[in-house]
Amino acid sequence: MTSPASPQPAAGAAAPEVVVEVRDAYYAIGGRPVFSGLDLKVRRGRITAVMGPSGTGKTTLLRLITAQITADRGQVLVFGRDLATLSTDEVYAVRRRLGMLFQSGALLSDMDVFENVAFPVREHTDLPEPLIRRLVLTKLQAVGLRGAADLMPGELSGGMARRVALARAIVMDPEVLIYDEPFVGLDPISLGVIQRLIKHMNTALGITSIVVSHDVKELASIADDSYLLSAGRIAASGTPAELRASDSPAVRQFMTGAAEGPVAFHYPAPDYATQLLATDE
Amino acid sequence: MSNGSDRGVLFEGVRRLGAVMIFLWQLLMQCLPALARPRLVVYQIYNAGARSLIIIMLSGLFVGMVLGLQGFELLQRFGSEEALGTAAAIGLLKELGPVVTALLFAGRAGTALTSEIGLMRATDQLTAMEIMAVDPLRYVAAPRFLGGVIAMPLLAGIFSVIGLYGAQLIGVVIMGVDRGVFWSQMQSSVGLRDVMEGLVKSLVFGVACSLIAVYEGYNAEATAAGVGLATTRTVVASSVVVLLLDYVLTAAFLQG
Repeated sequence: MTSPASPQPAAGAAAPEVVVEVRDAYYAIGGRPVFSGLDLKVRRGRITAVMGPSGTGKTTLLRLITAQITADRGQVLVFGRDLATLSTDEVYAVRRRLGMLFQSGALLSDMDVFENVAFPVREHTDLPEPLIRRLVLTKLQAVGLRGAADLMPGELSGGMARRVALARAIVMDPEVLIYDEPFVGLDPISLGVIQRLIKHMNTALGITSIVVSHDVKELASIADDSYLLSAGRIAASGTPAELRASDSPAVRQFMTGAAEGPVAFHYPAPDYATQLLATDE
Repeated sequence: MSNGSDRGVLFEGVRRLGAVMIFLWQLLMQCLPALARPRLVVYQIYNAGARSLIIIMLSGLFVGMVLGLQGFELLQRFGSEEALGTAAAIGLLKELGPVVTALLFAGRAGTALTSEIGLMRATDQLTAMEIMAVDPLRYVAAPRFLGGVIAMPLLAGIFSVIGLYGAQLIGVVIMGVDRGVFWSQMQSSVGLRDVMEGLVKSLVFGVACSLIAVYEGYNAEATAAGVGLATTRTVVASSVVVLLLDYVLTAAFLQG
């Protein structure tokens, strides 16, 4: 904990304070640009959705925000601190104020549900056992899985694993909670549960939420702000309703799920006829 | 062309060695904090050590028996069968104990470590720890490394003891070497120095095998094929490194 009590910048009268900001970020993997001039702001206490087709770097964006990778150019500020300038200890101090829900849950496979949720508490605090027990049970109750405390991660369904991971992500009371594709691969009931939980974490606990997903419909009902990623930058931003009303072809294609549009159906390939007619070798 | 690719291989080799050494340094920095959680380290000693006991004891017995047979046959040619105890003890303590134990350890415990850590990498568990501000080097890698380093000399010791029993079984019980001569010869000619040589070797092998296993798992490509490949590399690299280090250490002990 280098500076946990850094004074909160006085929140302006109008918009809530910006907690995560990406400024003109460039990032390339193996020479292929993923981001070219990305700008994005996440305000305190709101649910911010980042949408975009597969392969537009949504997960890479989360890796930038959590300091797993550094931008080639531009800045990533979390709680007002430029991640690129921080030492490892300072990065860890920033991460303690973040929570992240992985698509796979990423539960530690050698401990049961209770110990998984207790893990960050045991690692970061010296709380007495009865208190840890109460804390963990409270969080498990919040995601409806208090009864599953003794199960091993292998015994959980996908939706349950994600809820346990959510309990683990909130056990240290993070200020910002990041969800990576929280709706993928869930049945309609689990999906509704996760959706309600995201909203609940936001309203009841006041947690700032960043939700990265391509599920437009699910996001629209819970998001306060949305960004649409396309071709390495933000193609559009605003409330979900504003995005739906947009007349930009890229936004329209994504929001309506059309096969043809700025995002081509075909992966770049040589001419079809030429390739078919070419003799072998 | 071939010159270029040779240089590529050499460059890659040096780069990898450098990467492993940097990893070792980072690992060592985390060993003291890891010792603050003795429970994790003790569990890994159990995991790498106790679970390898059966294979180590069985192999030790058979290696010792072969040593008894071959040693007796050879010494008989010079009419000095009574030296069998010494020959077996020196061979086991200084050479076969540490080396065979390390090779078995790489196959049994090393592969398990690599695939376990590799799977944790593939299922985002290591990343999740990083995001939870828990250093996986401290929580996952260091206890496993320490567990292997501590387990190896213990296993090598057990291997040698069982091996001696095997040699005695063949030499004394079956071939008829005098029991008293077998043990007293050994007692008078095997010194602390010989035991130390074996101990140092198995400690060094423990560091090498555990380091390779943990490094390969930690840096495995996060796919099923990547974890499989890393596991293979652990066995191959450990075996070669153990045999190479064995020569270097043997030469060093003969010098000193």
